Amino acid sequence: MADTSPARTEPQAAVIVARGVKKHYGAIRAVDGVDLEVGAGELFGLIGHNGAGKSTMFKMMLGLIPASEGEIRIDGALVTGAGNGKAGDFRAVRRRVGYLPENVVLYDNLTGLETLHFFAKLKGVPPSGAPALLDRVGLAQAARRRVREYSKGMRQRLGFAQALLGNPRILFLDEPTTGLDPEAIRSFYAILRQLKSEGVTTVITSHILAEIQERVDRLAIMTAGKVQACGTVQALREQMDLPLWFSVRVAPQDFEAVRAALGHLPVGAVEARDDHIAVQCRREAKMAVIEALATLDGKVRDLTVREPSLEDVFFGFSD
Amino acid sequence: MEFAQVATIAGKEFWDRIRNRWVLAVALVFTAFALSIAYFGAAQQGSVGFRSIEVTIASLVSLVIYLVPLIALVLGFDAIVGERERGSLDLLLSMPITRFELLLGKYLGLAAALAFSTVAGFGLVGMVLAAQLDLNALFHYFGFMLSSVLLGCAFLSLAVMVSVFAADRTRASGLAIALWFFFVLIFDLLLLGALVVTGGQTGGEIFPYLLLANPADVFRILNIFSLEDVRTLYGLATVFPPALARPELLGAVMFAWIALPLAIAAWKFRK
Repeated sequence: MADTSPARTEPQAAVIVARGVKKHYGAIRAVDGVDLEVGAGELFGLIGHNGAGKSTMFKMMLGLIPASEGEIRIDGALVTGAGNGKAGDFRAVRRRVGYLPENVVLYDNLTGLETLHFFAKLKGVPPSGAPALLDRVGLAQAARRRVREYSKGMRQRLGFAQALLGNPRILFLDEPTTGLDPEAIRSFYAILRQLKSEGVTTVITSHILAEIQERVDRLAIMTAGKVQACGTVQALREQMDLPLWFSVRVAPQDFEAVRAALGHLPVGAVEARDDHIAVQCRREAKMAVIEALATLDGKVRDLTVREPSLEDVFFGFSD
Repeated sequence: MEFAQVATIAGKEFWDRIRNRWVLAVALVFTAFALSIAYFGAAQQGSVGFRSIEVTIASLVSLVIYLVPLIALVLGFDAIVGERERGSLDLLLSMPITRFELLLGKYLGLAAALAFSTVAGFGLVGMVLAAQLDLNALFHYFGFMLSSVLLGCAFLSLAVMVSVFAADRTRASGLAIALWFFFVLIFDLLLLGALVVTGGQTGGEIFPYLLLANPADVFRILNIFSLEDVRTLYGLATVFPPALARPELLGAVMFAWIALPLAIAAWKFRK
């Protein structure tokens, strides 16, 4: 499947490479021939319906389950595929990786600080960095409270802090904003932006497409175990060739004038609603529509152009 | 293998049981039962008070055979399947740790908690009785405590194996209880039944070896054969050839009962 990203956003050095990856459970093809490359410092989204194969792909990228076919390399080291099994490699890779599972489950009987100390020991990093990480995710005040007293959002933030232990170069975040309030979501993406500026590569899944469409560099749409499309949001919009919507705010008595001005153009639906007219048109007619509206001599009070959302693109590909 | 990873997992499992007072509760149960048996074991015969270490150990053996396997199975049945069902296993396995290190760490941490509570519980009673025991009796009592720990570790190993094979906690708990019934209640009955049905003509020679196929019997033989006075009290044990009753051999069998289920669990968990 061709990558539709514009050349300027192509990854310079791929840190995650998947080639012909398949995972079969009997007759079920959970992942069915996926090729992916994620570049250094990229914020990469992986979206799809439930059961599309995202989590299976995540688990294979983390080396939690073996691939039936194909191979995945992280920073050049084989994570799954033929010849996998060199313990030294896998430890080195995992020390460079942070993972936040979907619906993260931590240990209720530990405090936030103890949780990070436990995972820091497992990761082989000094636990002294734990308080700063808790502060970074906004849990400094709750550091000594037991996880059983944490809200869902606090657990998610603690899980994120756990993923950041040891300054990982690659992050795998599965539905990371589940349970977070809007402020926490904003703060979460601010941290991701900062990490990106430091060269950290992030692969993220989310069901909240509106949330990630402006934040990821590129994304892949998975359905039925396959990557249907991969590229920037804009490139996918163009590839899908979905229509744009103009919202033209005019007085009701000028509706006919608008219709007349657009009459000779290849526009789709033109719908009058309250104080505006909604006009659907193909991307190539966009500038012609704007020029036609400009001839209406001040009758147009406002103009909004709505690009197809990531949700539109997603359903376009997945349907 | 990185021992630091094993120690981290084991340390967490152990301290979890200390913090949630599991160790304290089990130790108190052992202390209470052991004290009751030591001082009131002969109440049915109309007397109270400590009689002899042989009789006390013989009674404690009967108690331990029921209690320790049950506690060990309950302790370990969800070691892996519980993490899997709660959803925390993937996070653990995403760390720089092998599946074997995780399994071994879990086992060692739980075994340490079980051993600590066993030694604390029976050790306290040993200290109470110490003034009335000579060195030989203390040695036997120490042997009893050590073999109780080994028995617990053997059943814990079985429990961890169950926790790897079971699809969910419900099935794991069912399997654990089934194992307890089989080894503690049914196994000896089956052997005895086979002997009676065949009139002792079939299988008599392999009978002692079959007893080694049950860690509860190995524990019983370990303790009974070390005490002259009580050996005759046990019908099963009297048919056991002394050559097979050497403590080092029985100890090795017990270690095999610890290692084998754990090895099977490790093999399955790696797949």
